[in-house]
Amino acid sequence: MTGDASSRPSWWRRVAIYLYQRPNLSLVLLLALPLLWLAVFYLGALVSLLIQSFFKLDGFTGRIVRQFGLETYQQLFTAANMDVVYRTVIMAAVVSVACAVLAFPLAYFMARYASYRVRGILYLAVLIPLWSSYLVRVYTWKIILAQEGIITWFFNVLGLKPVLDAILAIPLIGGSSLSFSFIGMFLVFVYIWLPYMILPINAALERVPKSLIEASSDLGGRPNYTFWRVILPLTVPGIIAGSIFTFSLTLGDYIIPSVIGNSSFFIGRAVFAQQGTAGNIPLAAAFTVVPMVIMGVYLVVAKRLGAFDAL
Amino acid sequence: MKKLMGWVGVMMLVLGVSASATFAQDSGPMTSVGAGEGQVDIVAWPGYIERGETDAAYDWVTGFEAETGCKVNVKTAATSDEMVALMNEGVFDLVTASGDASLRLAYGGRLQPINIDLIPSWSTVDERLQNAAWHTVDIDGNGTPEHYGVPYQWGPNVLMYNTEVFKEAPASWNVVFEEQTLGDGVSNKGRVQAYDGPIHIADAANYLMHHNPELGIKDPYSLDIDQFNAALDLLRQQRELVARYWHDAFVQIDDFTNEGIVASGSWPFQVNLLKAAGEPIDSVFPEEGATGWADTTMMHVNAPHPNCAYMWLEHSINPKLQGDLAAWFGSVPSVPAACEGNDLLGENGCEANGFGSFEKIYFWRTPIADCGDDRGQVCVPYYEWVTNYIAVIGGR
Repeated sequence: MTGDASSRPSWWRRVAIYLYQRPNLSLVLLLALPLLWLAVFYLGALVSLLIQSFFKLDGFTGRIVRQFGLETYQQLFTAANMDVVYRTVIMAAVVSVACAVLAFPLAYFMARYASYRVRGILYLAVLIPLWSSYLVRVYTWKIILAQEGIITWFFNVLGLKPVLDAILAIPLIGGSSLSFSFIGMFLVFVYIWLPYMILPINAALERVPKSLIEASSDLGGRPNYTFWRVILPLTVPGIIAGSIFTFSLTLGDYIIPSVIGNSSFFIGRAVFAQQGTAGNIPLAAAFTVVPMVIMGVYLVVAKRLGAFDAL
Repeated sequence: MKKLMGWVGVMMLVLGVSASATFAQDSGPMTSVGAGEGQVDIVAWPGYIERGETDAAYDWVTGFEAETGCKVNVKTAATSDEMVALMNEGVFDLVTASGDASLRLAYGGRLQPINIDLIPSWSTVDERLQNAAWHTVDIDGNGTPEHYGVPYQWGPNVLMYNTEVFKEAPASWNVVFEEQTLGDGVSNKGRVQAYDGPIHIADAANYLMHHNPELGIKDPYSLDIDQFNAALDLLRQQRELVARYWHDAFVQIDDFTNEGIVASGSWPFQVNLLKAAGEPIDSVFPEEGATGWADTTMMHVNAPHPNCAYMWLEHSINPKLQGDLAAWFGSVPSVPAACEGNDLLGENGCEANGFGSFEKIYFWRTPIADCGDDRGQVCVPYYEWVTNYIAVIGGR
């Protein structure tokens, strides 16, 4: 009889009902592929990296000894390698602070004063550089900062050459020209990562409710006071979110230190040299663990400060 | 994004290396060349195997393919490490390996010995290269070294200088190692460069070999710890003079054009480009001699197309190919006959690229713990070179 067939739902309908009654199972099925991808290619790679860092290179044969040990970390904590770490961390910190200082006024203007039209133009101006090749921009800066480059020329024309020379004569961060000095490298880092700071600060500022600012002034707070006590604290999460980008991007970059600066190694280049030319994969892995640890600590602190609310 | 790619690359490498355990396989050389298999797969430096696609005048592949029926597939590699990694994957027949990769491949069991009797033109190869140490080694330990390849091309690392500052060519590498006042009355401090690869330690050792004979350096790639430390001291002194080390050929060209750099170790490649651009630049082989590179076409232990591979090996030392390649790349042919009558290379092409300087060149090879002489296993291996060179550049 036909009633039988119509009273039994089709198989896919039964599957649908089965899954509907078990929301957890459908969730697992839905997420299985992305989770597998995440586990194998992201976490798996990180774990493999971590394991590698506990192996060591046999100096006699140049082969990797697959035995758990801390020799590689002993090597990492030698003075020369720690120089590389300190140099990178200091640069990353200074670049992050400079980016925040530069980005805040622009983000503030964009969020609070710019008309709809101007805001659109400013967004575009911030984002357009990100569309062009990173390499082209870095190599362009090399030419801009060169001894015969436009900045030096500008100082010459204004008769300010002694000022530039005095800046370049500063020990440690100076050099024979801007492109050969840490000052130049700092400028390029700030230029390259600035948009990553502007956008989160801007997002945080836009979320500061107007009513709070009005309330502050109603209660007698001067603009200055309102800024320091109301607006800035509410924007801190955005600044921290931006600094996560600038800090971690500077920690890992190996192109800029190889084109600009005085050739001193940064973590990225040290990793590249150790795994690429030396075949010392354990030490390269140990070097890579350093930014992972630093960022881990930084993220925990940032989370406490509520930075991720602004992402 | 670039940074991200870098991280991903490192991780992939880490995974890849942990997956591919090294294994050696005993395999004697071939005894005869049969019919071609229809193709041959070659790992090569960019510009090494040209089929006229960049410039129609430079083509040494299409003729070979028509003659032998072996289609040539080229996989270019940018670094020696990339070459070693590709050969470890094991799907290639041949590789144009430099001295730093060649012994690593041979000792790693990735190569098969070449039977030179199967290469009719072997006798035309430059005698100075026929038994060179970077491809002729005794891996099986029977007392007779085996050939692990056919020499392809070689070239020197020259001292490039600015002709306006140096009215006469500098006679010694001391212009990049010792502080001094140059021809224009200004110190060389901040105006010279050095290569930022750890192999530059060998250049310092080469300099000390001549200026500090009591160290007893015989070979700049086999340094015991005292010799190594002396070289590092010299490099620390050099660090004071070098505002920036060079790494990328085009950045160095820019440094000589825009940064007031007047002397540095360099390659004929940069010299030729700067000269062509009308810059006051020339190069010289200083009295101490120089380091250099020599590349060899080597055959994979499990080459899937051995017959075509042998045909290519024979073809690779054809004088026409050798001359064209030398003109294209700015290198020196491994077959002296190629120096004559090649339109692309010109009358004095070989001499200009360094043919007569062979004896003054210490060819690049990977430093290993085995000194190769009666000192035994006390030499400083390459990974120590890397660590220490990073320290020197960092000002330690």
